[in-house]
Amino acid sequence: MKEILEILESDPRIGPKEIGTMVGITEKEAASKIKEMEKKGIIRKYKTVIDWEKAGEEYVYAIIELKVALRERTGYDAIAERIAKFPEVRSVRLISGDHDLSLTVRGKSMKDVAFFVAEKIATLEQVQGTVTHFVLRTYKEDGDVLFEKERSERLAVSP
Amino acid sequence: MFCLRKNVPNALLYPRDCTPGKFVAARVKSIPPSGIRKFFDLVQEMDDVISLGVGEPDFVTPWHIREACIYSLEKGYTSYTSNFGLLELRELISKCFGRDYNVDYNPRNEILVTTGVSEAADIAFRAIIDPGDEVIVPEPCYVSYKPSVYLAGGEPVPVSTDQENAFRVTAEQIEKSITKKTKALVLSYPNNPTGAVMRKGDLEEIADVVNENDLVVISDEVYGKLTYNGTHTCFSSLPRMRDRTIVLNGFSKSHAMTGLRLGYAAGSEELIGAMTKIHQYSMLCAPITAQMGAIEALKNGDGEMQKMVREYDRRRRLVVSGLNKMGLDCFEPEGAFYAFPSIRSTGLTSEEFAGRLLKEQKVAVVPGSVFGDCGEGYLRCSYATSHEELIEALARIKAFIEKL
Repeated sequence: MKEILEILESDPRIGPKEIGTMVGITEKEAASKIKEMEKKGIIRKYKTVIDWEKAGEEYVYAIIELKVALRERTGYDAIAERIAKFPEVRSVRLISGDHDLSLTVRGKSMKDVAFFVAEKIATLEQVQGTVTHFVLRTYKEDGDVLFEKERSERLAVSP
Repeated sequence: MFCLRKNVPNALLYPRDCTPGKFVAARVKSIPPSGIRKFFDLVQEMDDVISLGVGEPDFVTPWHIREACIYSLEKGYTSYTSNFGLLELRELISKCFGRDYNVDYNPRNEILVTTGVSEAADIAFRAIIDPGDEVIVPEPCYVSYKPSVYLAGGEPVPVSTDQENAFRVTAEQIEKSITKKTKALVLSYPNNPTGAVMRKGDLEEIADVVNENDLVVISDEVYGKLTYNGTHTCFSSLPRMRDRTIVLNGFSKSHAMTGLRLGYAAGSEELIGAMTKIHQYSMLCAPITAQMGAIEALKNGDGEMQKMVREYDRRRRLVVSGLNKMGLDCFEPEGAFYAFPSIRSTGLTSEEFAGRLLKEQKVAVVPGSVFGDCGEGYLRCSYATSHEELIEALARIKAFIEKL
């Protein structure tokens, strides 16, 4: 199971036939295991890491830290779920330290992001304060470096 | 500038005042150049070649090891070390022998850090061989044992292994090759080029023969960590074998550190002492930067290593199954990162097959004949190459065979 996940995490395009060969089970077994993990929600989604800047699309990202006041009988989960419903919000995390929640927000421009935070997030009743950090450049995303990848400079034939 | 003129003989570029070739020793002249060289030159002239001809990992050295090297340079560690190597490194190596194979070596005088396993093999042969001594070398094997034995003044005695016996040498075969002059036996498992590994039982039988005939064993176990079904048995861990065995190992394959050139030898004080004598007058010591990296590798490198081993294992299954499906009979390699398919069904020699495959489909493999006469009819395909390239290479080999 873990092996299949490791393979898919690094390349979701590898089919059940090859995965089966690689881990030593049949194509059918591999396919059913993958299906099962999709059903159970272990595999949430197959994604592509894109360098949007290279694609010529201007996106602005910001990391927003929030201080949250908890209402009676509702924990962080409730407010986090509300915030997560905005498509502009790319990630929501509960963090330790000075702040409570950390969001990643994507917009078309700095103004776009700033207004979204001011109008939609800061106005939430439980949000007591926000700090916005605009992302100037992303070097590594989800385990993948976004600059020139290193290649081993091997000789083509060696003993 | 030299690149542009690479095909012009030097004698035409510069006038010669003597014929320097006459100075080369007869012993060196008589050694044939490595068959790998020829292929290397051919590949160099072509573009878009997918190479399964490489005898090293496609991973770059893990970052934490490289960082340890950089840090040591920043701190100014650029001096010689003890001839034996840094004591801290030898202590770590000794600990690994104890932990992984249950065999103890005194880090002070029973472990020698060398500039790659190649140096360790070379000085091991030189340390034990008297003129005319015979050394049994099971083939197919890494290309340098026979020339090293020969350069040390010994007589290599090849023993052929075959696919029927999973390319394992047997005690019986070794016994048959023993003469009055036999001094040593070379074992190199997991094996380059076949990927064969030995069962513990086979090794025990060999140990009996070694003991009865009072031989010394040079056991090159550089691929030991790359063992896929079960675990590796270190030859010196067998009863009565510790003091008559020189175990060679290194960091190139297990920690993707080929270019850093770091290996080691472990054995009894007397044998390691003899090797150190040669080492101190030739290499002096292994490069300190690489030694610093190796310390980090042994301290914190197990996780990255296991990740690499798991990845090799997957590629191994992919390549072996791919080769078998296209009709190239390939036995299951259980170690190293090579598949060794038979191409006898095609009627071509290994050199013809490899040469034409390179020209017609731009895939580089190494003809099995390079690794000994019994390697004829086989190819060495390294799967230390990315998954995508392996798939493409397999497709090209298939296309090549279908056109034959």
